[in-house]
Amino acid sequence: MEQKKKRLVVVGNGMAGIRTIEELLKMSADEFNITVFGAEPQPNYNRILLSPVLSGEMPFQDTVLNDWSWYEENHITLHTGKTVTKIDRMRCTVETDDGIVVPYDRLLIATGSNPIMLPVPGIDLPGVIGYRSIADVEQMLAAAQPGKRAVVIGGGLLGLEAANGLSLRGMQVSVVHLCEWPMERQLDKVGGGLLKEALEKRGLKFYLSRQTDAILGETAVTGLRFKDGEEIAADLVVMSAGIRPNIALAKSAGIHCERGIMVSDTMQTYDPKIYSVGECVQHRGQTYGLVAPLFEQAKVAANHLAQYGRMRYEGSSVSTKLKVTGIDLFSAGDFNPVAGDDELLLQDAARGVYKKLVLRDNKLRGAVMYGDTVDGPWYFQMMRDGTDVSEMREHLLFGQMHLGDSGHGAKAGVMDMPDTAEICGCNGVCKGTIVNTIIDKKLFTLDEVRAHTKASASCGSCTGLVEAILANTVGGDYSAKPSKKPICGCTEYAHQDMHKTIRERSLKTIPEVMKALEWKTEDGCHVCRPALNYYLLAAWPGEYVDDSRSRFINERVHANIQKDGTYSVIPRIWGGVTSPAQLRAIAEIAERHEVPTVHITGGQRIGLYGITKENLPKMWAELVEAGFVSGHAYGKSLRTVKTCVGSEWCRFGTQDSTGLGIKVEQMTWGSWTPHKFKIAVSGCPRNCAEATIKDFGIVCVDSGYEIHVGGNGGVKVRVTDFLCKVSSEAEVLEYCGAFMQLYREDAHYLDRTAPWIERVGLPFVKRHIVDDAEGRAELYARFLKSQQYSQDDPWKERAEGKEAHEFTALATIV
Amino acid sequence: MNWIQVGNLEDIPRQGSRVVKTATGEIALFRSVDDQVFALNNRCPHKGGPLSQGIVHGKRVTCPLHSWVIDLESGEAISPDIGCAHRLEVRVAHGELFLEAEAGVCKA
Ligand code: SRM
Ligand SMILES: Cc1cc2nc3c(=O)[nH]c(=O)nc-3n(C[C@H](O)[C@H](O)[C@H](O)COP(=O)(O)OP(=O)(O)OC[C@H]3O[C@@H](n4cnc5c(N)ncnc54)[C@H](O)[C@@H]3O)c2cc1C
Ligand code: SF4
Ligand code: FES
Repeated sequence: MEQKKKRLVVVGNGMAGIRTIEELLKMSADEFNITVFGAEPQPNYNRILLSPVLSGEMPFQDTVLNDWSWYEENHITLHTGKTVTKIDRMRCTVETDDGIVVPYDRLLIATGSNPIMLPVPGIDLPGVIGYRSIADVEQMLAAAQPGKRAVVIGGGLLGLEAANGLSLRGMQVSVVHLCEWPMERQLDKVGGGLLKEALEKRGLKFYLSRQTDAILGETAVTGLRFKDGEEIAADLVVMSAGIRPNIALAKSAGIHCERGIMVSDTMQTYDPKIYSVGECVQHRGQTYGLVAPLFEQAKVAANHLAQYGRMRYEGSSVSTKLKVTGIDLFSAGDFNPVAGDDELLLQDAARGVYKKLVLRDNKLRGAVMYGDTVDGPWYFQMMRDGTDVSEMREHLLFGQMHLGDSGHGAKAGVMDMPDTAEICGCNGVCKGTIVNTIIDKKLFTLDEVRAHTKASASCGSCTGLVEAILANTVGGDYSAKPSKKPICGCTEYAHQDMHKTIRERSLKTIPEVMKALEWKTEDGCHVCRPALNYYLLAAWPGEYVDDSRSRFINERVHANIQKDGTYSVIPRIWGGVTSPAQLRAIAEIAERHEVPTVHITGGQRIGLYGITKENLPKMWAELVEAGFVSGHAYGKSLRTVKTCVGSEWCRFGTQDSTGLGIKVEQMTWGSWTPHKFKIAVSGCPRNCAEATIKDFGIVCVDSGYEIHVGGNGGVKVRVTDFLCKVSSEAEVLEYCGAFMQLYREDAHYLDRTAPWIERVGLPFVKRHIVDDAEGRAELYARFLKSQQYSQDDPWKERAEGKEAHEFTALATIV
Repeated sequence: MNWIQVGNLEDIPRQGSRVVKTATGEIALFRSVDDQVFALNNRCPHKGGPLSQGIVHGKRVTCPLHSWVIDLESGEAISPDIGCAHRLEVRVAHGELFLEAEAGVCKA
């Protein structure tokens, strides 16, 4: 039996080769005995994600696409760390450097490409590294000591990702580039200029229109000399001057190659037993350096290996995104207009948005977008479909949302896309496929959708779209039918309806809401009552009387219940700054009350644990006496404002991050929010206060303050979106208050800012907070007004006897 | 049956709860929105959470630790959870509260 199976040998354990096998296994699982050779020691990993590994945003483990057990389960013989050095086409065998010989019936060559190492003196010095594999990343990390100097040669996609990664690791990074602006193959001059500016703000230095003459150094690299004679110092040089298809093996076996291995539309080389896919091939004169076309090739190759013989590969058009967190950039097609073409331009310097569309014969030919790329997939789709855009010409630049009803935020747009619209560029997954799979397989989570469709499983930049499709498919048609998920079993109403209904119908108490909206239970439940209490509080500041019976215990007694029924007490420590006197006071109180555990919290404060309920008011009285107020560590409310020491002490500090943090905390403390709300202020982009995983993060830079929103740590980490930059502390306060108020008035109860922003879309937030100065001022004013009623210290009130029944027993029977 | 006076109805807030301490543990008294009073052991059948700290809704209370919902009339956990917080007899007469003196048994 076994004998009869044909033997398939794959050279190259990379993205294209293994994708071909996955496609093949889907079609015919046991046609072949499969053997894979990979020169790298790792199992197949996602090369695209090397930059997040380099920058420290992702561990290597998370990039592995097929781990060891996958090969075992599919009965694939895997040889890692083995380079195939010979193909014997007469005997139909391959041979490795250490002498393993394996026969094949079909051979698949997927050897990828190699970075081009410029032929300049010094290129072989230790410290000069290409950027292709995890081994390269490890080498860079070994060299990447903070403060040391890295030079990246090549300002293309990979070069910039490498530069950004090394800069995030604390190195001083320079980029040397031959052309006038970076990424000239994807961006026009203006777009390239904006990108350069944004990267310079992050600390990168550019040497443009420069050519490298030599790499300097005796035993290791020490610097670089340009053609014009100028020299710069370097402890590490990263070569990113392009890639060259890796064809040495194929060539040595006499397989016809030009720049790449020549293949037909069936992905066959000139030897009919040998197929080839990936960056090593040349098809109809094209070579590719992005995964989307390679995955299309993989599908075709698998189809022919499985002897279906139905598909043809006809070449791909590609679009590009830069994976540098916080920089939005999209480019596709032909963006340099020629005579007769129309050019549509939108430039908004204040928001840092630039868009250019090139039209020919009423069809989109190319697009460059910077700063706001939400509509990228839409343009790309029309480009590939050859859609006639004359009807929508006027609105085209403003994006899909402006064509119809604009009230739904970015996500409704997804549902307006046709089923054939491509959502995941890397894996070529269309909207229809995602929707159908969700329905057929009854999927509920992003991970499930990834597992079943591969959508958003590669570079991840379409995750938001996929989540929107999931939300809309599972939750019914968001834009049309009211089939939203009810808050709980007590009502038909969903969270969506509450803010608006309560305000419009002027509902002022929980029983009023329940009556007006036909609640099915007498007094709701533990799910809806806290939600209603919040919505009413947000709608009627100063007027609504908080219903403590509808508060979860922690918020009712202003302390956090522990597993043994005791409580924790965490006083506010403004901006994380304390003093010997404060510490002494806390120490004495802790000692007097025999507090079992004193813990430095993750929020830069001090937590006292194991306090019995009866003792809380007494302890608070002492803390209040010593000048403390409640830290709200228990509330759906403002938690901490973390800061770093900033310009007062730190040699890198650009602004007074500590002082600003304290001002922000004094303005925002006590505010009730849909879910907890955390703020941080970092004094420079090294970001020691972790501002980019906070709900509202401020990163000080030389020229002002970057504002970042929508981040959180926790179960599902989300890095913030960059909102805008402002130049004064007063503006920071205004943007902060306005943003919190928008969140308070719009988000569903128990939505943190991260899922909220993913639902409403960053453009929605920008529209209200950045573009609309008047609206922002109004939001800010409403925030300050509600704060007038929320900054009475709850501990002080309770120490003075408020709600005393909460803290005492009704009776004691002996 | 012996009865012990433990306080007045007014001492428990509507949709709220108070605790009576005894030699053998705490008893939680709940007052529903329609002024009925119920008594349970102040220990959740799940992991001993203090039921008196939960949110009272209808004739139920939700445990503050992991949100089991307990029926106040029977002391039983609402399915799918299984367990009983042992209900005790309590009477309201002329606004005064009386609690049965013996330890409770489950009366489901
Ligand atoms: C006290 C503290 C741990 C410590 O001793 O260091 C803590 C303790 C708890 N955290 Fe936390 N978190 C603490 C900092 C954090 C941080 C770090 C930070 O703020 O920088 C995070 C990640 C950052 C973030 O929130 O984005 C954090 C992410 C969480 C999460 C996950 C949130 C998410 O959106 O995924 C939960 C669960 C939740 O809120 O539903 C949680 C929930 C909890 C709860 C409230 C669980 C509970 O309901 O009992 C813990 C309460 C213990 C108590 O009685 O205080 N805690 N928690 C920290 C309080 C800081 C403070 O001074 O206020
Ligand atoms: C840092 C970085 C970021 C990128 N970002 C993106 C992005 O955002 N979007 C995008 O679409 N693309 C991106 N790419 C490109 C993408 O990773 C490649 O297009 C893709 O990996 C090519 O797949 P492949 O199978 O052809 O080659 P590879 O994935 O390189 O696989 C080839 C494998 O063959 C092995 N091999 C070679 N010769 C032999 C031999 N003789 N014997 C045994 N094994 C051999 C190699 O060791 C390698 O493991 C990025 C690439 C890099 C390096
Ligand atoms: S991580 Fe946070 S929630 Fe988890 S045990 Fe620690 S304090 Fe509690
Ligand atoms: S202890 Fe009550 S639900 Fe866990």
